[in-house]
Amino acid sequence: MKSLIDKLGNRAIVLINNLGSTAIFFGRGFIMIFRPKQLAPVIHQIYHIGTRSTNIVIMVGFFTGMVLGLQLYYELIKFGSEGVLGAAVALSLIRELGPVLTAIMITARAGSSMTAEIGIQRISEQIDALYTMRIDPIRFLISPRIAASIISFPILTVFFDLVGIVGGYFTGVVLLGVNSGVYIHRVHASVEMVDINGGFIKALVFAIIVSTICCYQGYFTHMRKDSYGAKSVSLSTTSAVVTSCIMILIADYVVTAFLM
Amino acid sequence: MDTPLIEFRDVSKSFGSRTVLNKIDLKIHEGHITTIIGKSGIGKSVLLKHIIGLLAPDEGDILFQGVPLSRMKKSEWDSYRSNISYMFQNNALFDSLTIFDNIALPLRQTTNLNSKEIEKKVMLRVEQTELNEVVYKYPSELSGGMQKRAALARALVTDPEIVLFDEPTTGQDPIRKNAILSMIAQYKRKFNFTAIVISHEIPDIFFISDRIILLWEGKIGFQGTYEEAIELHHPMVDELLYSLEGFQDELTGLLSKQTFRARYETALSRTRKKKTVTAVLFNMNLDILSEALGHTASLEVVKSLGDYINTHLDALGGFSARQSRDQILTILPHVDIEETEEMIEEFSSGLEEKWMAKICVWSSSEDSLKLSIFAGITVASSGEDIESIIDKARNNQKIIASIDCKHWR
Repeated sequence: MKSLIDKLGNRAIVLINNLGSTAIFFGRGFIMIFRPKQLAPVIHQIYHIGTRSTNIVIMVGFFTGMVLGLQLYYELIKFGSEGVLGAAVALSLIRELGPVLTAIMITARAGSSMTAEIGIQRISEQIDALYTMRIDPIRFLISPRIAASIISFPILTVFFDLVGIVGGYFTGVVLLGVNSGVYIHRVHASVEMVDINGGFIKALVFAIIVSTICCYQGYFTHMRKDSYGAKSVSLSTTSAVVTSCIMILIADYVVTAFLM
Repeated sequence: MDTPLIEFRDVSKSFGSRTVLNKIDLKIHEGHITTIIGKSGIGKSVLLKHIIGLLAPDEGDILFQGVPLSRMKKSEWDSYRSNISYMFQNNALFDSLTIFDNIALPLRQTTNLNSKEIEKKVMLRVEQTELNEVVYKYPSELSGGMQKRAALARALVTDPEIVLFDEPTTGQDPIRKNAILSMIAQYKRKFNFTAIVISHEIPDIFFISDRIILLWEGKIGFQGTYEEAIELHHPMVDELLYSLEGFQDELTGLLSKQTFRARYETALSRTRKKKTVTAVLFNMNLDILSEALGHTASLEVVKSLGDYINTHLDALGGFSARQSRDQILTILPHVDIEETEEMIEEFSSGLEEKWMAKICVWSSSEDSLKLSIFAGITVASSGEDIESIIDKARNNQKIIASIDCKHWR
């Protein structure tokens, strides 16, 4: 019993330590965004994190909208309410699915590569080399990724939402015969600024979570006690993706609770 | 005595239960090339990383000009760091950047130079390290040797005052290995930086080193000059030097210094009556040659001189070894001094004929290269050490061959 409590206690200490160091890591990374010579690397990272994720986000957004349209249509028609399909699809996407699925897609595509790239730079002493050249590794490697994520996540979420609404339109109007004018009118009438702001806030929170966790896991890959070298990079990458996804869902609940 | 530039006082460092540095005391003096030698995994890189602040000691102090690093103010620490450069053992080049961008990185990130100035500085280092053809390639497209030179170029591009070299010549062929060491020596003279080098390249590294530090089981086994290390005859020092130094000098194919010493002692003991042998010291100015031909080609000349001496004097029972970067000492146990003088005359005329074309082909510059080869003949007798023979021979030196590429053209 005592050893169980010891283990739980140790786990709790490790967790709190990790949370603390992650917060400090983010804080330092965020402040360094505003240092000189950061514009070019931020733009470079926006290309990698944002631009190159556009295709996958659009594709997932479109099919998510289509599935939503299909599912909701068959439920709503039972009550003769298929006219509100546009509102249901748009609100589901803007409030919840858009920010969450976009964040998860970017985690899978760009977050994992962030961890792997930084992890490899760590184990091959490239980060130490930066230090010896008096280049702050946090400023050079982490800040541009955090900044690029903060910029890219909301924009990609908007793409996801728009394409998702188009996907819902395609299923509801083109395939299942819902009136086009009604669909568009319901979207327009039901979506309020507070919904859009909520989606933006979530996208920003997820951007911070994903970029911080993925960079942190890569940056401290050499501190892992369960593995070394390439193995530690692969485990850090897995850990970054899993932790980010879990944290996205937890944060989604917390933010929603605050917004409601 | 002057305050050392860098001093370790009772420095200890452990990783888990393994103590790597155990109460180490060492001094590094300004303007010197200090070489750290020791077996693999003994903690040489750990020691170097303490100097630049990548690792902090568990106990003890590291002092820079008498000021402990741990008690430096931020501005002092920044100023200290701005004067140090580090060349990593595994190069630590950024694989997503081209060689040009890798070398330019510290200039772009830590200076306010404009892109033209940066390009000029980078291209100068690129030329010096002979990387012109690969400057826009990625590190993964380069051989290990080229990557090493790119890392060297990056370490020197900021003109640092202290440069830490972690095995700078590993993976290089003998010519390039010596070219890198020559470059370090030449830059050290030119920019007067302090170099701390980890190297296993014995004896080549000793030709450029002012002091050596032997790390042995977490302690400093020896610190002093190479000559002091040899004179010491300490089993620990001898064991390491013998284990690292081969029988042959890789560059010239001549004997290694250790083997040469052993052969010299044997040769003296075998001369029953006279107990003397004839010694010839060949010498040329490698710095003039490096300026004119570049580091690699100038070492080709040294290699070629070694080959020539080997071919001609080995047949007479002689044996030779490089004693410094540009001095070769030959012992001729079976030839007296008069015979040697005649033979050197013959030898030198052949040297001029055969060599002129070879060296002048390497010299592509418009300025004509003038190079003299010197030789000093002396008699070495029992009990004389190699250093005093070199001194005696140097006093008798005269020009035996002159090469002027203007005449050749």
